[in-house]
Amino acid sequence: MSDHKPGGVADAGGDGELEAVIGLEIHVQLATRTKMFCGCELSFGEPPNTRTCPVCLGLPGSLPVANARAVHLGLMIGLALGSELAPRSIFHRKNYFYPDLPKGYQITQYDEPLCRGGELGDVRIHRVHLEEDAAKLIHAGASGRIHGSDTSFVDFNRGGTPLAEIVTEPDLRAPEQASEWLKLLRTTLRQLGVSDVNMEEGSLRCDANISLRPRGSETLGVKTELKNMNSFRFIERGIRAEIARQEEILAGGGQVVQETLHFDPASGSITSLRSKEEAHDYRYFPEPDLVPVAIDDGMLAAARADMSELPADRAERLQRELGLSVDSAQVLAFRTELGDYFEAAVAARAEPAPPAQGLANWIAGDLVGRLPEGQDPSDSRVEPRALAALVGLVAERRVSVGAARQVLDRLIEGGGSEPLAIIEAEGLGAMDGGSELAEIVAAAVAANTDAAERVREGNAKAIGPIVGQVMRETKGRADGTEVARLIHEQLGA
Amino acid sequence: MSTTDILDLSAAAAAAAIGGGSLSATELFEAYRDRAASDRAAGDAGLNCFTWVAADAPSEPVDAPLAGVPVAVKDLFCTEGVPSQAGSRILEGYLPPYTATAVSRLRAGGAPLLAKTNQDEFAMGSSNENSAFGPVRNPWDRERVPGGSSGGSAAAVAAGLAPWALGTDTGGSVRQPAALCGIVGLKPTYGAVSRYGMIAFASSLDQAGPLTRDVTDAALMLRHMVGRDPCDATSLAFPGEIELPTAERLDGIRLGVPQELTGEGIERGVLDAFAAAIEQAKELGAEVSDVHLPHAPHALSAYYVLAPAECSSNLARYDGVRYGMRATDAHDLLDMYMRTRHDGFGAEVKRRIMLGTYALSSGYYEAYYGRAQRVRTRISEDFRTAFEQIDFVVTPTAPSVAFRLGEKTADPLAMYLNDYCTVPMSLAGIPAISIPCGHSEGLPVGLQIAGPAFSENRLLDAARALERSIAFDARPARV
Amino acid sequence: MAALARLALGEEEVEPMARELSAVLDHVARISELDLENVPPTSHVVEVTGALRADEPTPCLPREVVLSQAPLANDEGFLVPSPQA
Ligand SMILES: [Mg+2]
Ligand SMILES: [Zn+2]
Repeated sequence: MSDHKPGGVADAGGDGELEAVIGLEIHVQLATRTKMFCGCELSFGEPPNTRTCPVCLGLPGSLPVANARAVHLGLMIGLALGSELAPRSIFHRKNYFYPDLPKGYQITQYDEPLCRGGELGDVRIHRVHLEEDAAKLIHAGASGRIHGSDTSFVDFNRGGTPLAEIVTEPDLRAPEQASEWLKLLRTTLRQLGVSDVNMEEGSLRCDANISLRPRGSETLGVKTELKNMNSFRFIERGIRAEIARQEEILAGGGQVVQETLHFDPASGSITSLRSKEEAHDYRYFPEPDLVPVAIDDGMLAAARADMSELPADRAERLQRELGLSVDSAQVLAFRTELGDYFEAAVAARAEPAPPAQGLANWIAGDLVGRLPEGQDPSDSRVEPRALAALVGLVAERRVSVGAARQVLDRLIEGGGSEPLAIIEAEGLGAMDGGSELAEIVAAAVAANTDAAERVREGNAKAIGPIVGQVMRETKGRADGTEVARLIHEQLGA
Repeated sequence: MSTTDILDLSAAAAAAAIGGGSLSATELFEAYRDRAASDRAAGDAGLNCFTWVAADAPSEPVDAPLAGVPVAVKDLFCTEGVPSQAGSRILEGYLPPYTATAVSRLRAGGAPLLAKTNQDEFAMGSSNENSAFGPVRNPWDRERVPGGSSGGSAAAVAAGLAPWALGTDTGGSVRQPAALCGIVGLKPTYGAVSRYGMIAFASSLDQAGPLTRDVTDAALMLRHMVGRDPCDATSLAFPGEIELPTAERLDGIRLGVPQELTGEGIERGVLDAFAAAIEQAKELGAEVSDVHLPHAPHALSAYYVLAPAECSSNLARYDGVRYGMRATDAHDLLDMYMRTRHDGFGAEVKRRIMLGTYALSSGYYEAYYGRAQRVRTRISEDFRTAFEQIDFVVTPTAPSVAFRLGEKTADPLAMYLNDYCTVPMSLAGIPAISIPCGHSEGLPVGLQIAGPAFSENRLLDAARALERSIAFDARPARV
Repeated sequence: MAALARLALGEEEVEPMARELSAVLDHVARISELDLENVPPTSHVVEVTGALRADEPTPCLPREVVLSQAPLANDEGFLVPSPQA
C-alpha cells in the first residue's frame, strides 16, 4: 500500500473548505462457466452471437433459472466483506428499453439483496447483489463511436453474464484513496477466486458517486454518478476531474445537477450521458419468473469451505503468529505476491533460521527494491529458502548487513543460489572482533584525526568517516556495531 | 370406422381404439386434419379456430400412451419451426427455434401437433375478438363469441375440429371459453405445468390447461403435462400421479357456495343452471353449505393491476430487434420502438401495457401494485380458511352465456367482468375446473369447481361424478 | 406513460385510451378501501425456493437460426438504429 491507508481521510484537494464524499459501485464479473440465467457458456472473444439461446436472447416464452454457482460466489464475497447474508433474497425486474437489453428489463436484486452491510478496510459496504450483464452494442459508422453513426450492431454473447454488484457507503474522501481501496478490493476478490478482476477486459467495472460538502458537515451534497471507469488511473483522474468540476460550479455560486456522467480519459473531459428530460423510471417489481433464493446451512458451509484467507485476516495472523509489526503485516498481506513469498521463505526451514520481522523487512525493502518495477519476487532467481538463509546469517552476525546486500545482488544476478557458498567464495564473511579488525580500526582512527577528536569530545555522529573507511577496507564484511565499539574503545570515548 | 364414429370418440376412447387396433392413428389424424384445414380455408365463413394446421400425419409409429391422438395447441405455445404468433401482428410469421415443455411432453406421451389455435392477442381478452387473425366464432351460435382468450381451442373442441386442445388460463382463459362453448376446461395449480415456451402474459398467473370434451380427457392430458421442469424455476413436482377419475358419487364431499360469487352481476339463467347443478350434487351425496370469501369481490381489481403490470414488462421484449415485426420507416431508435409497438400491438394490449406501466411507475407502485399484492395475500387466506370447512368451492364459471360479437368491445370494464368468478382462483394459484352444467337461452352454462393447491385428483373425481349425473349433451354444437 | 412504455398512440387513440383507462383505474381503486395494514404482499403464490441451476453448459443455438427471425441483420448480428444517432 502507499501512504494512503484504506479509509484514512485524505485531503480533498480543494481549498480546504469543501470535502469530497465518494462512494463506489463495482460490477464484478463472476467466474462461472455459464451465464446467470441460462446454460450458455461465457464468451471469451467467440464470434458474435454464437453464445446465445432462447433465454439470453429474450425469445418469447423463455424463462430464466438462476445459476447456483453465481449464488455461491456471491455468498463468498459476502463472507469476505463481513456482510449479513440474507436467508431469503429475491430478484427484481428493472425495466427500460435499450437494444443491448433483450427482454426490456434487467434481472437484478433490489430491496432484498443477497448481502447487506460489511466492510473492507475502513470503507463500509452498503450491499452486494447479483444481476445479469447487458449485451454488447457496437456502434458502427466512420468514427466507431457513439456519435455520428446511424446503425449499431448487437452481439448477445456477453448478455446474461453473471455480475455481483458491490456498493460501498460514501466513506471515501479522495481520488487516490478510492483507487487504493479498489486495489484492495481487487486483491481480495482475486484471492477469493470469484472473478478474473481484469479491469481492461471489463470483468471489474467501477462507477463512482461523488458529491462535495463543507468539511465537518454531516449532510450530503448533490451527487453525480461517474460511469464505467476501466482502469485505476482513470478512476483517480476521473474523480479528480469531477471534484474540480463541482468545485468550480459551487465556487461560481451554481448548483450541482444530479446526473450520470462519462469521463473521457483521452481529453480529460466530463460529459453528461443522459439528457435530463428523459427521466428514468425503472418500475422495479419482483421477478415472477424466479423464485426466492433461500440460503441454507449447506450453501453457507460450502461457501466458507471455498474461501481462502483474505488480506485482512492474513495481516492479523502474521501479526499474531509471527509477531510482525502492523505495517509489515499489512504490506505482506495486501500485496499477495509478497505475502506468498514471505510465507514460502518461512516454510523453507532455512539454516540458520531467520527472524520473521527481519525476513519481512528484507523482502519488502531490499529484495523488492532491487527487482524491476512490478516483478513478482517468486519470478526472480532468489529462492525463498536462499533469502531466508541469508537473513538468518545476518541475524547470527555471520555476515554484515552490507555484505549480505552484496550476496543478495549475486543471488539476483544468478551468480549462485547458496548464500553461504557466495560468502565463502567472495570472502564476504563477517570479521570477528579479533586483532585484524582492531588494526584496521586503529589505522582508520589515525587517518581521520579531525573526526577522532570530535568523537573524543562526545560528538557521536562524527564517527561516520572512520566507520566508512573501515567498511571500505573490509569490503563491508565488518559488523557495524563491533566497529563502533572498537572505535569508541580505542578513543576512550 | 366411419368418420362420424371417429369424431364421436373422446380422446381417451380414441387412444384406446388405436391401442386396441380398431382405429389407425393416421386415419384419426387425417379426419381431424381435414376438418381443421377446411375451417382454416373457410376463413370468416368458418369458425376461424386455427392459425396453422399440420399438413401430414407424423410418420413415426405410435406406441405411446396417447397413441397418436393429435392435439390442437393455443398459438402462444412455442412450437419449433411452426408459426407461434400469440394472436399478435407483432409476431406474425414468427418461427421459434424451440418447443414449449407442455407441448413436447404431450408429444412424448404420443399426442402430435394437429394445429395452432386462434386466441386473443397475448391472451388478453375474454371474447377472442382481440386477435390479429380475426375473431373466433362460437359453434353454438356463429354470431356469438367463444369466450377467451383460449377461444380457438375451446371452439375447435366443441365443434369437433380437434379431439382436444391445449389452452392457457391467466384469469379464466381456459375455464371461461370452456363454459361458453359447452366443454371441460381445467386450470391446474400454479406451477403444476411448466410455463417454459409459453409466450407470457402475466407470469405469476399464467398456467397451461386442457380443453376437452369430458373430465376424463382433461385428466389424461394433464397426466402427460405435469411435473417439475428444470427450465421453469416456478414449476413444481406434482405430488403423486394424475389418476383417471372414476367417482360416481359425492358422498361426504363438502361443497361451499360463496355468496360473493353467486349473487349480483350473474345472469338469472346462469344462476338457475348453477342451482340445478347444486341440486344434482346433493342427490349424489354432497353436503352443500355457504362459505365466505370476503375479499373475492376485490379480486378483479387486484387482477387488473397485477396482470397488466406483469404484461407491461413481459411485452417489452417486442421491440423489433431480434424477431417479429419492425416499423420500416423509423428515423431513429426511439421512433423504431414507438412505431413498431404502435403498429404491432392491438388496442387491448396497448390498454393493458399503459395500465401496467402506470401501476408500476414511481409514486403509484404502492397504491396499485403493492396493494394488489396484499389483496392477493388476503384472497389466498380466504381460500385457506374456506378449505378448512369444505372440500371445494363451487360457482358459475362465467356471469353470462356466450354474448354477441361486438357487444362488449366498446366497454373494456364490462368485458373484464367476465372474469369475476374465475380470477380469485387464479390469484390464489389453486386448481379449478369448468364443466358444462346445463343451458340458458339455448347456450351452455359452465360450473366451476375449485380446490386447494394440488387437489387435482380429488377435483377431477368430483367433476367426473357430477358430469355423469348432469349428462350434458355436447353434440348439438358439432358443425 | 406512453413514452415510458415505448408506445406511440395515434391521435385518434389518445382520447378513448384516456377514458377507458380512467374507468378501469376508478374500478381498481376500490382496493384502496381495504385495510391492508400488516398484510404481506404475495409476489410468488406458491412458495418455492431454491430451484437453482447447476453451472453446467448447455448447447447454444446456431447463429443462422438466431438471426433468421431478425427484421434486420448482417451475417454476424442484429442491426438497429444507433441509440444516439
Ligand atoms: Mg447494476
Ligand atoms: Zn443463453
